[in-house]
Amino acid sequence: MDETRIQDRGPAGEPSLKELHEKSPAQPSDIRGGVHKTLPHDSAARHVSGMARYIDDEPELPGTLQVYIAMSSRAHARIVSLDLDVARRAPGVVAVLTAADIPGQNDYSPVMGDDPIFADGFVFYIGQPLFAVAAETLDQARRAAALAVVDYEDLPAGITIDEAIAHAEAEGRDLLPSHTMRLGDADAALAGAPKRIRGRVEVGGQDHFYLEGQIAVAIPQEDGDVIVRSSTQHPSEVQHNVAKMLGVPDHAVTVEVRRMGGGFGGKESQPALFGCVAALVALKTGRPAKCRLDRDDDMVMTGKRHEVRVDYDVGFDEGGRLQAVAFDHFVRCGYSSDLSAAIADRAMFHADNAYKLPAARIHSRRLKTHTVSNTAFRGFGGPQGMVGIERVMDRVAFEAGLDPLDVRKANFYPADGSGVTPYHMSVSDSVIEEIVEELEASCDYRARRREVRAFNAANPILKKGLALTPVKFGISFTTSHLNQAGALVHIYKDGSVHLNHGGTEMGQGLFTKVAQVVAEELQIDIERIKITSTTTAKVPNTSATAASSGSDLNGMAAQAAARTIKGRLIDYAASRYNVSAEQVVFLPGRVRIGNMEKRFEDLVGEAYLARVSLSSTGFYATPGITYDRETASGTPFFYFAYGAGCSEVVIDTLTGEHRLLRVDILHDVGQSLNPALDKGQIEGGFIQGLGWLTTEELWWNDKGALMTHAPSTYKIPTANDRPDDFSIRIWEKGRNPSPTIYRSKAVGEPPFMLAISAFSALTDAVCAAGDYRVFPDLDAPATPERVLMAVEAVRGR
Amino acid sequence: MAEPIRFILNGEERAIAGLAPTTTILAYLRQHAGLPGTKEGCAEGDCGACTVLLAEPDGVGGLRRRAVNACIQFIPSLHGRAIETVEYLGRGGLHPLQAAMVENHASQCGFCTPGFVMQLYGAWLTGALTDRQSVKDVIAGNLCRCTGYGPIVDAGLDLAARPVPDTRAEDAALAERLVALLGGEMFHYEAAGGAWCAPRHADELADLYASRPDARLVAGATDVGLWVTKQHRDLPVLIDVSRVEDLRHIEAGPGRIYIGAAVTHREAASHLAEVHRDLGEMMRRFAGYQIRNAGTVGGNIANGSPIGDLPPALIALGARLHLRKGETARSVPLEDFFIAYGRQDRAPGEFVAAVEVPTLEDNQRYFAHKVSKRFDSDISAVMAAFLLTFEDGVVSEVRLAFGGMAATPKRAAAAEAALVGQPFDAAAADRAAAALAEDFAPLTDMRASSAYRLKVAENLIRRFEMELRDNPPARVSLAREFA
Ligand SMILES: Cc1cc2nc3c(=O)[nH]c(=O)nc-3n(C[C@H](O)[C@H](O)[C@H](O)COP(=O)(O)OP(=O)(O)OC[C@H]3O[C@@H](n4cnc5c(N)ncnc54)[C@H](O)[C@@H]3O)c2cc1C
Ligand code: FES
Ligand code: FES
Repeated sequence: MDETRIQDRGPAGEPSLKELHEKSPAQPSDIRGGVHKTLPHDSAARHVSGMARYIDDEPELPGTLQVYIAMSSRAHARIVSLDLDVARRAPGVVAVLTAADIPGQNDYSPVMGDDPIFADGFVFYIGQPLFAVAAETLDQARRAAALAVVDYEDLPAGITIDEAIAHAEAEGRDLLPSHTMRLGDADAALAGAPKRIRGRVEVGGQDHFYLEGQIAVAIPQEDGDVIVRSSTQHPSEVQHNVAKMLGVPDHAVTVEVRRMGGGFGGKESQPALFGCVAALVALKTGRPAKCRLDRDDDMVMTGKRHEVRVDYDVGFDEGGRLQAVAFDHFVRCGYSSDLSAAIADRAMFHADNAYKLPAARIHSRRLKTHTVSNTAFRGFGGPQGMVGIERVMDRVAFEAGLDPLDVRKANFYPADGSGVTPYHMSVSDSVIEEIVEELEASCDYRARRREVRAFNAANPILKKGLALTPVKFGISFTTSHLNQAGALVHIYKDGSVHLNHGGTEMGQGLFTKVAQVVAEELQIDIERIKITSTTTAKVPNTSATAASSGSDLNGMAAQAAARTIKGRLIDYAASRYNVSAEQVVFLPGRVRIGNMEKRFEDLVGEAYLARVSLSSTGFYATPGITYDRETASGTPFFYFAYGAGCSEVVIDTLTGEHRLLRVDILHDVGQSLNPALDKGQIEGGFIQGLGWLTTEELWWNDKGALMTHAPSTYKIPTANDRPDDFSIRIWEKGRNPSPTIYRSKAVGEPPFMLAISAFSALTDAVCAAGDYRVFPDLDAPATPERVLMAVEAVRGR
Repeated sequence: MAEPIRFILNGEERAIAGLAPTTTILAYLRQHAGLPGTKEGCAEGDCGACTVLLAEPDGVGGLRRRAVNACIQFIPSLHGRAIETVEYLGRGGLHPLQAAMVENHASQCGFCTPGFVMQLYGAWLTGALTDRQSVKDVIAGNLCRCTGYGPIVDAGLDLAARPVPDTRAEDAALAERLVALLGGEMFHYEAAGGAWCAPRHADELADLYASRPDARLVAGATDVGLWVTKQHRDLPVLIDVSRVEDLRHIEAGPGRIYIGAAVTHREAASHLAEVHRDLGEMMRRFAGYQIRNAGTVGGNIANGSPIGDLPPALIALGARLHLRKGETARSVPLEDFFIAYGRQDRAPGEFVAAVEVPTLEDNQRYFAHKVSKRFDSDISAVMAAFLLTFEDGVVSEVRLAFGGMAATPKRAAAAEAALVGQPFDAAAADRAAAALAEDFAPLTDMRASSAYRLKVAENLIRRFEMELRDNPPARVSLAREFA
């Protein structure tokens, strides 16, 4: 592009086109980096060489203050007094800020206004922010914070689900109103079913353990404005909360993020707290302020996946066909609402998973505990709901004496579209029967079932388990208005492209995929496109990058923006060269105009000289999304993503230790925008789900202190927990009947739930330990301890 | 005389003065050296995001390389050493490993990536990457939350297939520069109110420590590092025992191995594996690779932890601990060293010199197994190690040692009594298991409940008995047994 020189302030009049140094275009047959191509992550080379910059890697501005947030040491208490005098006088301290220093609203909540930035009078969990110290160094800030004298008057605290239920009963209300979905007359169907069984499965929470902890840097600007660099999936929300806290309009706050070192939902609502604290310090001191959390503080202070108790009541026949199911979800929300309403809803939306329930009643209670407020995490409640129905499948199979896979197959949503969900949406795109059929054959399920049985008969100490489970996951924000996205595309006069959109990059490869879409639309090599930081100054009012919707929404918005400019280029070329618009065709790296071909950059240069706008926004809103809470019915999803996984495990009945031996996955991503990135999401999601259901245990002591707050005590999977025998296949027949971006399907969350196959396989192995006489009530996470205790229980020792 | 810390950072000579001795290497790199490629994921040695490669003269003209966790290593440990960070590896374009990482899609968010790169690179240079299992073992102390590891393992295997370049000439030149930086004196660094000394010989250490019994000893810093990064403790005077030559020896004599206190877990592992394969397996799962590269045998004993892995393993073998204070040396049976929680039989100014481990006789049977929530890089819920001596088909002597069951690593007297003088069969194992309840009332905490600990301890005695029979059940912790 160097030869294209369009300079300012040339002689008067129109510069001649010769100055463009137009060249005849090359004729490549394809562009580099279009859609459906396997491309590395746009930052891969920078990741591996340490050159990818995260917020803490940016050189600090002179005078930057370090901020430490002091936390409550009580689960529920009234703050009798808070004496900060000594802390204020400690070496290096520049400011100590409390609730009283907040000019606007003392709240960083996403929806309900119940998350104080700093405790005001009362504390509701151990780890709740009390005040912040800003000092020259973080060590000084931390040491000063320890000098504060806090006098508490303890109040009764509820930590567990049982305590939360008791608490709710006493109060006469739950944290949030309960919700019920009904399909048919579940009670009558349960009463009339040939067989009926009740049970319970407890599903634990999960810490996100993004490798990069929470961080925000605030830089004060003139006129009381502030720029905040935040490791966030939701810049607009950080922006709005900072503005709300400062009592200024949103326009005074700009939030920016280039990339996160992982998010997984943990950087959806949580970063607002740190953005607010950093911004407050910046505005109060006039100096840049950095608030970076240490791992332990991060794990203690920020929300996690919701723990959910699922009670089930199921009626079925001898063939394992369900007649009706009633679920009661007890959702441990923590001390405040956060996103719990939507999360608990999504658990309900996935209580059917891939199964057509003839009659159903799903009831969900959202309970308050005096623990950190639980929040979004990959799957957003869906996984917890899904564990419930998959447990039902295993249980029904056991009671009916059938192979669990046969019971699952007997209940799938049919491909003919006749299935209706408990929220009255018809399932018109079900491909689950076909996927499972294919996986069952390719993973050799039946033969392996026999081998597992034979192994178990021959081995008294070790027991194997096998399970093949499906996933059907609804794509769209169930809060309908969030299904919108914006993008901004500039084409510079040298033909290079600046791409911006409201989505954020947390490792999932969104930026790469959206760039592929723009490359495809403009028919240019992807290297011509500069992917830029997400900022509220370029695209406003964005939704969180969440709900797996990143590429669906932002890909569409970016395509729209690129199309607008492309339309202008076509109009320009058509009128300049007297051809019809149809005769202007974008070919790889060039444009055919009638009989002539021009390089892309030459047409762009010309258009610039002809004063054509080469910048455009793009916008997209997913059509047809509705949900009516009154009737608990609607079409909350644009489409469903499907997949299936088969896991084989072995357990040691002496210690409860277990190992995942083999995994086979077949997953539907529609027509993949980038198969390599999609496979990465599938494998990463599966292993993260495996951790959730096996080794990752959140453990609170009786005072309500989380004791698993660092990797020394909270165990996410390592490379040795991944089986070598691990096959991941993208379903080749995958198509999206809904008009998504290039007919791809969302892939961020659905594969996470494929790991339920490992949990079911462990249940199967424990069942084998009791010679298949008793069904085990194995809870999640299935740590060695839970497995051993379940083995002991089925053996009746 | 205090002197600066002199070392080579990414090929360039550097000197540090003025920074507190307890400044971590990671803080130095990120905040002072302008090298933010190395990341902090946990500041406690558990995630590997901060992995850097250290090299030091090996004494015979070459270099000894090892990857360590920069987040818990202190800057004085750089003195006379060379450190490489991820920025340096890619200086002339992507290294083949980095290229393989890109090709295999081995990074997603990329935050863990520099740590994996340095860990795999270091392991490759030292010949530790052989097969798939070795790659996984090498990176078991590196956490990735995004990828699920498959692509990283594949990239590691791509690297393993490449011949390790012959760097002897450059290594020799670098070693020479490093020896010159080290100087001839005992290293002594002081700054910001803190002091650090690194004696070179046991005599030097003995003198120094006897005169400064208030000093803290530091060896691999895999505990002491966390006192600073997690507990934010002040440690004004530190004596580094990791450079004491006589504490770094391993002597494998007839009937015993003598392991110097400053021998690292990595160095000790192969010797221990020769004593018994269970010890080798325990060391494979002991912490992560980088921690084993730094942490020492002496530190694992001296820290007095009730959940350390080596104490029960070695108590069962009848190990003796050698201590020294000033001119006085003494030795005690290892189990007697642990008096109570937080209290050991060690006088002010006295240090651990070595542990002497008897090897097995033909009529002895040994068993060790670590049970933890996660197989790799996890602290034990229960660590069990047993030794039985047989005479004429009956147990003549028995040592059943446990970690995680009491306030110290401890032998199970009642269970032992149940076994002596009997054949070791299923009934005897049951009797010993039943007696354990007299020996232990374990704690409930985030790692395991009391009931589980007791049950597992019982069952491990049963498992030992089964493992002495033909066709014992495989251990689930061993992936290869299910391949
Ligand atoms: C991520 C991680 C994983 C770990 N995993 C395990 C594990 O799986 N199993 C396990 O058992 N431990 C584990 N540990 C604990 C630790 O690594 C070991 O206990 C290690 O052996 C300590 O040795 P060090 O040389 O690093 O000790 P340091 O930290 O240097 O010192 C530890 C203590 O010993 C004292 N000390 C050191 N040397 C001497 C000496 N010669 N004489 C007297 N006192 C001395 C020090 O003053 C200090 O009190 C882990 C630690 C980390 C950070
Ligand atoms: S930062 Fe996690 S090991 Fe060092
Ligand atoms: S790529 Fe994100 S943690 Fe490894």
